[in-house]
Amino acid sequence: MNDLERQLAHPEAGDLDVERFQALLGERAAAAGLLDIAFAPLDSPLGQLLVFVTPRGVLKIAYDNEATDAALEEVAERVSPRILNAPRRTDELRRELDEYFAGARRRFDVPVDWSLIRGFAQGVLRATAKVPFGETTTYQQVAEAAGSPRASRAAGNALGSNPIPIVVPCHRVLHSGGGLGGYAGGLERKRTLLTIEGVLGD
Amino acid sequence: MRSNETVDRSVSGNVRLPPFQVLVDTHTRELHRYLVVLVGPDAAEDCLQETFVSALRAYPRLRHGENLRAWLYTIAHRKATDTVRKATRHPLGPGLEGLAPGREPSVQAHEPADDGLWATVRALPAKQRMAVVHRYVLDLDYRQIGERMGTSEEAARQNVRAGLRRLRQEMDG
Repeated sequence: MNDLERQLAHPEAGDLDVERFQALLGERAAAAGLLDIAFAPLDSPLGQLLVFVTPRGVLKIAYDNEATDAALEEVAERVSPRILNAPRRTDELRRELDEYFAGARRRFDVPVDWSLIRGFAQGVLRATAKVPFGETTTYQQVAEAAGSPRASRAAGNALGSNPIPIVVPCHRVLHSGGGLGGYAGGLERKRTLLTIEGVLGD
Repeated sequence: MRSNETVDRSVSGNVRLPPFQVLVDTHTRELHRYLVVLVGPDAAEDCLQETFVSALRAYPRLRHGENLRAWLYTIAHRKATDTVRKATRHPLGPGLEGLAPGREPSVQAHEPADDGLWATVRALPAKQRMAVVHRYVLDLDYRQIGERMGTSEEAARQNVRAGLRRLRQEMDG
């Protein structure tokens, strides 16, 4: 390979600010009605969250124990592959979460997109969504509210796979005996949330 | 809230397509490099935006998730052709795929600041320019270049050779 050919094989990259470029792309795609799911990382007292919103509402909130690739794959396959990192589309949810963690918000106004939750699980989580800030309920009670009083174990499973923790407050569901029960994000996070809400002492 | 049309849950059927963001992450830099060579640094970024927006529009209608990279390059190439066509003083003149050597619009005139090798590449006749870019920037072999450009393998080889000869003359001259 001679000198000219070598130069041709190494063109100047051209300056591209990838982050700015991608943010602009997200906005253009959304403005054209082509963006089904916007996602963005978000810092919180519970570690970094990955939030997903659709034009209908908040679709998913992933804790950092869930791999980013896997979370993206899941929503692409189950909802739509038209998904982009578009932080501005998540601004409303970001603001509400910040206020919640700062103790300045007791309920979320952003709507929920229930697309990832089917059947009985949706009934359980819709019942859970009605439990107010600072109060708790039991697996038995949410099973009952979902129409199957004997299905507290199934209710536990539904809560364990809640795709929208914090906003759909599965941390407010405890064991009948008073134990904390489980939490997909880890019990430490459940304790933190219950502490923020004044259910547990510091 | 938009209508259900925006979030259509059935269009992709059981075709498994990667999250679009993964395509963007994987191919932004190489596509940008490709477009810088084809349309120059000023127009490349906007051309790439349009490439991804067009791709996103068509994405749910894809029948399979193979060769997505080649698919993106095809769209980028089309956007580059449109850009060059718009930039030329002869609105109906040939773009990157123009035919008669020596009569293609040169985009060099629009980037007076860039007078190096790449401006010379952009000033090549369209077929030679495409062949040289495919050969060296994208590292394709002559058979692949022929497929992309709709010519025989031998014609692809000749286009590359002619392009290199002309570049050498221009750079020396």
